[in-house]
Amino acid sequence: MNILVCISKAPDTTSKIAFTNGNTQFDENGVQYIVNPYDEWYALVRALELKEAQGGNVTIITVGTASDDAVIRKALAIGADDAIRIDAPATDAYFVAMQIAEYAKGKGFDLILTGKETIDYNGSQVAGMIAEALELPYISIATKLDVAGSTISCEREIVGGMQEVEVQAPAVISCAKGMAEQRIPNMRGIMAARTKPLNVVAPAALEALTTFSTYSMPAAKSSVKLIDPNNLDELVALLHNEAKVI
Amino acid sequence: MNLVYINSANGLSKAALETVTYAKKLGADVAVVTNGNAAAELLATLGAYGASTVLQDAGVDGQDPSQLVKLVAAAAAKVGASTIIFSHDLIGKAVAPRLSVRLKAGLVAGAVALPEADGSTKVNVFSGKAFGFVKVNSAVRIISLLPNSIQPEQTGGNCSTEAFDSQAGSSAITIKATKKPEGAIPLPEAELVVSAGRGLKGPENWGMVEDLAAALGAATACSRPVADIGWRPHHEHVGQTGVAIRPNLYIAAGISGAIQHLAGVNGSKVIVVINTDAEAPFFKAADYGIVGDAFEVLPRFTAAVQRFRAAQH
Ligand SMILES: Cc1cc2nc3c(=O)[nH]c(=O)nc-3n(C[C@H](O)[C@H](O)[C@H](O)COP(=O)(O)OP(=O)(O)OC[C@H]3O[C@@H](n4cnc5c(N)ncnc54)[C@H](O)[C@@H]3O)c2cc1C
Repeated sequence: MNILVCISKAPDTTSKIAFTNGNTQFDENGVQYIVNPYDEWYALVRALELKEAQGGNVTIITVGTASDDAVIRKALAIGADDAIRIDAPATDAYFVAMQIAEYAKGKGFDLILTGKETIDYNGSQVAGMIAEALELPYISIATKLDVAGSTISCEREIVGGMQEVEVQAPAVISCAKGMAEQRIPNMRGIMAARTKPLNVVAPAALEALTTFSTYSMPAAKSSVKLIDPNNLDELVALLHNEAKVI
Repeated sequence: MNLVYINSANGLSKAALETVTYAKKLGADVAVVTNGNAAAELLATLGAYGASTVLQDAGVDGQDPSQLVKLVAAAAAKVGASTIIFSHDLIGKAVAPRLSVRLKAGLVAGAVALPEADGSTKVNVFSGKAFGFVKVNSAVRIISLLPNSIQPEQTGGNCSTEAFDSQAGSSAITIKATKKPEGAIPLPEAELVVSAGRGLKGPENWGMVEDLAAALGAATACSRPVADIGWRPHHEHVGQTGVAIRPNLYIAAGISGAIQHLAGVNGSKVIVVINTDAEAPFFKAADYGIVGDAFEVLPRFTAAVQRFRAAQH
């Protein structure tokens, strides 16, 4: 089974979020990048488990510049076989998805996996876009993934519950919590990652469909109002009369 | 024309009414496209929220995004839609990106407000730690609206319902089983949420959390470690790597308020924090705080809510 796992870099979850250039650009100063947790913990680890059980190959792909190679090596250290970097800045979700679709076309991947969203732009867009571009079925926000022959079984989140579903490979699946457990790379993995193939591919000629014009920060909270733990009636009255939420 | 996709297979959700209201507030006429076989009388009530026509394809069950995208694209062509609105719920997240590619139309994913004067639309970025303003460079734009961002509003009006055969083909997805807990409020849509963390010590103590949620009519949520150790189901995990929510009221008991937790909940309008540790970081993000033991405070809180509800009737 050949699996393509789409990987995005994302700022470490403890990063201080700030903007520069008149609030038009994310301030990368001092920011550590990690592999987007959903891509790493769920999509990549489940792909590796499937490969370990059934054989095959796990390729990771990202759209980005040379500065993303460190993040790619982290994903290789966890166990992917090889990596593709489409050599272009990731301008928007459409651009990224279409570059990946363009690369994947005709290469015979049985499964294309992504995380359910990135923790920076949170769009949850790339997987659906790849599926449409390649005219493949798409199971979104899957919490379980199994493969038997060409049948892919998943559990997916639906509004207000869960559903067990099946599709025929090839398919695109976005992966969420429940699918696998995080793996910490070991020394051998880290050493091996240094020499695994990282192929840099020229981008296709494509335009983004969206741009972020500016950014802003939420207004600071006024300080907390402390309530006597023995007077919950007061809290309920405040929630009703002052906050007007109940 | 603005086109709204709603799933009416299980009735009209609040999220659906929000999207119709949003489309109405954008100006222009509003058409709705829906799958499933909801009664015409039910769909006609969308007129009050601003819809003028509803196109209904009863032949599409709404389970496969590759069918739904054909349904919405066919409706968009029929009505000449310039803006297409989805809820940023589990269906919208699956279908809107497909439609973006199909129509080559830019997608604003997870809008939290109406567009600004310059045409850009506000979304949450960095898991709610900041906002971004998205501009769409294509003639047709798609917006998926984060639930609870605006209130449904009835402005009065009538709408017609029309059977619509979108030629969406058959579903590629086979449904094996569906599990929907009866009466449970879907977390992303909930206006009131009661959440608890490791401070609750064990799953056997969640009765207190559920009692308060039941008294309020709230959904329940939890911190990540609580879901990781299996005290609560994964879909209750909120935060940067869980569900991002923006209820009117978020009550957090026994949760420290780590930056990754706050990221998913700081869009809440009002936050109440219950924690034994007066130095817990969550108090800095809270509107109301109770320094106290959740094991004592939660039952008292439930009783106070019950007294309040009883007095209201
Ligand atoms: C990459 C990454 C992503 C993450 N994503 C998320 C995420 O999405 N969501 C998330 O929640 N976390 C996330 N975390 C974890 C986060 O950093 C915290 O570890 C976690 O939120 C802590 O959970 P907690 O508050 O329940 O537990 P703790 O930090 O252990 O806090 C328990 C709290 O309960 C209080 N307490 C104890 N007893 C009582 C009592 N009897 N009554 C009242 N209060 C009591 C304590 O004072 C303490 O403040 C992430 C971490 C990383 C590294």
